[in-house]
Amino acid sequence: MSILVDENTRLLVQGITGREGMFHTEQAVKYGTKVVAGVTPGKGGQSVMNIPVFNTVKDAAKKTKANATMIFVPPAFAPDAILEAADAGIELIVCITEGIPICDMVEVYRYLKNPGTKMIGPNCPGVISPGKCKIGIMPGHIHKKGSVGIISRSGTLTYETVSQLTALGIGQSTCVGIGGDPIIGMRFIDVLELFQKDRGTKAICMIGEIGGSAEEEAAHYIKKHVTKPVIGFIAGQTAPPGRRMGHAGAIISGGQGAAGDKMAVMKKCGIKVCKSPADLGQTVAKNL
Amino acid sequence: MKIHEYQGKELLAKYNVPVPRGILVNDKSEAAGAARKIGGNVVVVKAQIHAGGRGKGGGVKLARGAEDAERIAGEILGMTLVTPQTGAEGRRVKKVLIEEGMVIVKELYMSVLIDRQTSQIMIMASEAGGMEIEEVAAKSPEKIIKEYVDPVIGVKPFMARKIAFALNLEGEVFKQAVPFITNLYECFRREDCSMVEINPLVATNDGRLLALDAKIAIDDNALYRQKKSFEYRDLDEEDPMEVEASKFKLNYIKMDGNIGCMVNGAGLAMATMDIIKHSGGEPANFLDVGGGANEEMIENAFRILLSDPHVKAVLINIFGGILRCDILASGVVAAARKLHVSVPVVVRMEGTNMEEGHNILNESGLNFIVANGMKDAARKVVKAIQ
Repeated sequence: MSILVDENTRLLVQGITGREGMFHTEQAVKYGTKVVAGVTPGKGGQSVMNIPVFNTVKDAAKKTKANATMIFVPPAFAPDAILEAADAGIELIVCITEGIPICDMVEVYRYLKNPGTKMIGPNCPGVISPGKCKIGIMPGHIHKKGSVGIISRSGTLTYETVSQLTALGIGQSTCVGIGGDPIIGMRFIDVLELFQKDRGTKAICMIGEIGGSAEEEAAHYIKKHVTKPVIGFIAGQTAPPGRRMGHAGAIISGGQGAAGDKMAVMKKCGIKVCKSPADLGQTVAKNL
Repeated sequence: MKIHEYQGKELLAKYNVPVPRGILVNDKSEAAGAARKIGGNVVVVKAQIHAGGRGKGGGVKLARGAEDAERIAGEILGMTLVTPQTGAEGRRVKKVLIEEGMVIVKELYMSVLIDRQTSQIMIMASEAGGMEIEEVAAKSPEKIIKEYVDPVIGVKPFMARKIAFALNLEGEVFKQAVPFITNLYECFRREDCSMVEINPLVATNDGRLLALDAKIAIDDNALYRQKKSFEYRDLDEEDPMEVEASKFKLNYIKMDGNIGCMVNGAGLAMATMDIIKHSGGEPANFLDVGGGANEEMIENAFRILLSDPHVKAVLINIFGGILRCDILASGVVAAARKLHVSVPVVVRMEGTNMEEGHNILNESGLNFIVANGMKDAARKVVKAIQ
């Protein structure tokens, strides 16, 4: 089993005619994802790799029954693309775009609350249920179908974790890159809830980083509601305060967001915390 | 992007948020004239650097009269100001702001910022002005007022009144507080700020409410549409190597160690620094080369890394995934050759065609050490500098 995406996911791609959009659409199709439509305003009627392109998400959803979207639209236009998808009733929005202004995200977040649309990202690698469906920019071939759920704020560090697991013969149910921005759609807690309910997930690997307090909130949630083993790691144990470490959200500020504090709370709440990123795979193996 | 106090006050004034009368001075010869123009018996001379805690380092001083203002401006301009936030090396002061003096009857705190927990804009205020808000939060959290803004309506007068009442403001000052707060929010929103902090916000004996200080940061992601604010960028306030890196869209942050790191992805880059530390080494930097690491990118990254004289070895950790390792390895070899890289370079790469990639590195005749996995890479690079 898996969460969020599977063989029933019907994907549309916003920004399908762009270079990135086209490349990753091709990768998704090769992986076996059902890509049913593309949307680029003004290019309706064209097709990309035999996938029909529509002018609006509403049109695309109506004609193809798409239920998920992958957004590859530049940051200035991505908030609009997200809102359009939500307005059209798309259930799952995966926004890959990095660099969206934070005030725009405040508005987007507010709007998404109403229809109850799920969003992953922005500034994220996407979501994959190995062997079933891949939405995003992650390399499909490193994944293996199995029973470990992964939630992470990082891209390549998630790939690192996945490849350690796969090398040990441990597969994944679903891997969710929730994104590195300060304002994101689904957070650790939202994904944890789904993994806890999913019968196919036996253990959860949670990869956080400095900045904010989402890991602490998740830790308290885990203590109360999650019965499956959770293995954790926090990137940025050596990061200096006040500096933004690549991700817009990765900053220790106002005495909040340091790795040490997060790790302490996570340990206290029963999460197996790895100090070294190289130990993630082995620690999961021990706790399965 | 941080901006200077005087720039912040320019932005505030644009939205009718009252600020003290002030004149920016680049040379001490302009100081006396500025003080006369402002008038009054006392003016304040304030060093303009990005770091906070300027008063503690001697960067904010009272001057009695125009001559005194000139003398003090002369002392502060050109000084290396060390504050709790600058680090030991301090910052050179190139500009001072000369402002009117005033009799302060109340010092408050007010800020507008993004609250990550609720994903909303939040207004934070406190009667404990002039102190660092972190200190107030730790010692007496009940003194902090928080109001969350629904972006649909923004900050309306009723919200501003709620805050003003909670701050125990009365009379003329209360009346001014309402537009002050709504305008402060407008400034935050229209200028795409990521933080506006007014500390202290003061009430004066002549019944005015003023932003005595202004600490403002603009959202980097919004600079494309805030062209005017972008001109506020002061490269002198940034690390020259970080400025150089940003020209190539590389994300570089200097650290104190001697192992240079080149990694793709922010999370993996942080994790690489962490594992170096766990293996007994010290990272010299954070460097994220981004998703696609091509030859040009690697060459620029090498050049920036190696311009730090402390770097004794380099660790390259690239999780290619879709990227092919043989292409990556060729890029690394070409860049190292072109730049005559002489320090040991440990390379860990993951992706398709890994074997071929390793062969290219091994057969290059250069000082490459091939590693398998992060742990092995960290161990090898720490060993290489011993």
